[in-house]
Amino acid sequence: MTMNTQTHAANCEDCPVHNLGNLKKLGINMAEFDFVVALAGNPNTGKSTVFNALTGLRQHTGNWPGKTVTRAEGGFVYGAKRFKLVDLPGTYSLLSTSTDEEVARDFILFGQPDVTVIVVDATRLERNLNLVLQVLEITDRAVLCLNLMDEAKRHGITVDARALARDLGIPVVAASARQEEGIPELLKYIYEVATGTYVCRPHRLERTAPHLERALTELTRRISAEFPEIPNARWIALRLLEGDQKIIDAVRNGELRSLIRRTPIRQNEPMVNEGAV
Amino acid sequence: MKNETRQTNGTDAILSTANTLRWEIGDNIHDTLVESIYTDAQRIAARTVTVPESRPAFSFDRQLDRLITSRWFGFPLMFLMLAVVFWLTVEGANVPSAMIASLLVDTVHPWLRGAFSVLGSPWWFTGLMVDGVWLAMAWVISVMLPPMAIFFPLFTLLEDFGYLPRVAFNMDSLFRRAGAHGKQSLSMTMGFGCNAAGVVATRIIDSPRERLIAIITNNFSLCNGRWPTQILIASIFFGALVPAHLAGLATAGAVVAVAMLGIFFTLAVSWGLSNTVLKGEASAFSLELPPYRPPQLWQTLYTSLIDRTAIVLWRAIVFAAPAGAVIWLVSNIHIGELSLAEHFINNADPFGILLGLNGVILLAYIIAIPANEIVIPTVLMLTVLSAKLTGVGDGAGVMFELDDASGVADVLRAGGWTMLTGLNLMLFSLLHNPCSTTIYTIYKETKSVKWTAVATVLPVLMGLVVCFLVAQVYRLLA
Repeated sequence: MTMNTQTHAANCEDCPVHNLGNLKKLGINMAEFDFVVALAGNPNTGKSTVFNALTGLRQHTGNWPGKTVTRAEGGFVYGAKRFKLVDLPGTYSLLSTSTDEEVARDFILFGQPDVTVIVVDATRLERNLNLVLQVLEITDRAVLCLNLMDEAKRHGITVDARALARDLGIPVVAASARQEEGIPELLKYIYEVATGTYVCRPHRLERTAPHLERALTELTRRISAEFPEIPNARWIALRLLEGDQKIIDAVRNGELRSLIRRTPIRQNEPMVNEGAV
Repeated sequence: MKNETRQTNGTDAILSTANTLRWEIGDNIHDTLVESIYTDAQRIAARTVTVPESRPAFSFDRQLDRLITSRWFGFPLMFLMLAVVFWLTVEGANVPSAMIASLLVDTVHPWLRGAFSVLGSPWWFTGLMVDGVWLAMAWVISVMLPPMAIFFPLFTLLEDFGYLPRVAFNMDSLFRRAGAHGKQSLSMTMGFGCNAAGVVATRIIDSPRERLIAIITNNFSLCNGRWPTQILIASIFFGALVPAHLAGLATAGAVVAVAMLGIFFTLAVSWGLSNTVLKGEASAFSLELPPYRPPQLWQTLYTSLIDRTAIVLWRAIVFAAPAGAVIWLVSNIHIGELSLAEHFINNADPFGILLGLNGVILLAYIIAIPANEIVIPTVLMLTVLSAKLTGVGDGAGVMFELDDASGVADVLRAGGWTMLTGLNLMLFSLLHNPCSTTIYTIYKETKSVKWTAVATVLPVLMGLVVCFLVAQVYRLLA
């Protein structure tokens, strides 16, 4: 009996959730990594603060939209896996054509991150969800970081994280990145989604117009036939219907094909933390 | 090969299907999509977020916004804020600057000279390394480090607090009237730190036309390489006009005036470009005013001191070292009686004086293309050389430190400087080509030799014209 308790305690200590010591911040030393994690979100939601908390880097953080216009990269080790973290420019949507939005969208689409962490401002959830829904159209492996919970609390705003997770079909972590609150849980979910332990069932948009739905289904079918393994054929179809030149080019010159080849490599990773076994 | 053709046919079929379907659906697909995104977002938010009925916590932010972005107080408040930041920088930087200078120049420099001669170094090598390279670096550190160590944290605190988007909000209508993008005010503000960073920051602007305008005009934001020049010259020529206890304020006022002039030129040139070669309508955008957040004091101090200050200083040192060597060489290689520097200065003097500048300043700006930071040291050294002053400096090609601004003032006056020279140097420092790093960044961002050339040459031409006009008016009135 005593033995058993001890084993439990030992397991808890090893368990990544309870031990931030398991998080090894790699800074920019990240020659080899197992998973790629993208950090997306609206401007000014604390993406860079989350980035710094995870990597131990000190990217300058500023309180204004448009502070990060390029990608910053860093890394960390968690649960014996090496993660590369890419901080994307903050954007309100992925549909327009400014260079910073393109950097973000191209990375989520063509960079094929294993997990996309979407950082949102808990005090402005509705507006932030617009971007979340767009990201979930492109990728089905995402974690929502509900940041600035301290500010929300100060303003008397409450967010039902559980209901949000159910509606979006992805893990939701309430966090205050400035105080490093929620970072352990965030790490846990990144790990679980990356390794496939947690399977996301992302929310997809409901489109009401039937003629649009018909066209979309038709085109999606054709794309899936030509690129059988593509994960987001429907989104590609939508962009083609909208006449997005970048996506048209990607279909034409085969960039889309290279995207498929990379995907299956990381299936069936061991799902348990080796340290605990 | 055959396989390839089949693939191409497959993708072509997809694209042509997409084309046909697009015509059938009509062009409201974008709206339909955006609508369904908003509907879903609204529904999910309504289910998960509870907002209190009355929101007293927001009212402080709102009151503050009403003041900061007010039609009447917005701009005066901005000027005042800038003036206070500069005043603190000017007042605070004097003492540490003098201390660093006395250490690096008065103590280390003679010691290095001694060490070199003990090791049997030939005179020209000692001159090149100790009098050229070492002194250039020492000067840059003592002139730049203290102001930067004060200016950057102050500026970063304002930034973290959430002031910058409000500045952008205030400036927006001005930029729109100039035919440019309102977000240009953000990249312009970034330029006050570093123009290369400002040019990269223009990526937030969607339209290529407006982005190009923002890139070309970013150089009119005084960067941190030019603040020390402005502050020093202003304190010599403007601070001296008023009683001593007001000198700091007068200096800060003059520097703010030049910075404002820079904003004026940004708007004027933007307007000029958008009405000639870069014609077009200003596009609309929405700017989110983020909540005011208490800055994280220690982290701000750390990042602005270690990352920003150290990186900028390192860059300055890297550029100052070879420039110091060049200065020493042009002052010590003689053709006939005179050194290369003296030949150039003598030939350029008539042209320089026509502009209200002089040959020394023109040569200094050529040598200082890699980094604006070394203009003042170069000017001083060349002034001593060409005016053949006795009693100051250590000889040809030796940059020296004078303990305070009045020492510098004596050298400049002896070199024939007047109020006009000082004024025009400040103007020319505002209006001249970007530094080499910025030029390279502009090329990387625009991928166009033509626009890089425009962004490089346009400010110099403007500087020459403005200095010329000011000189004529000044001489007419004086």
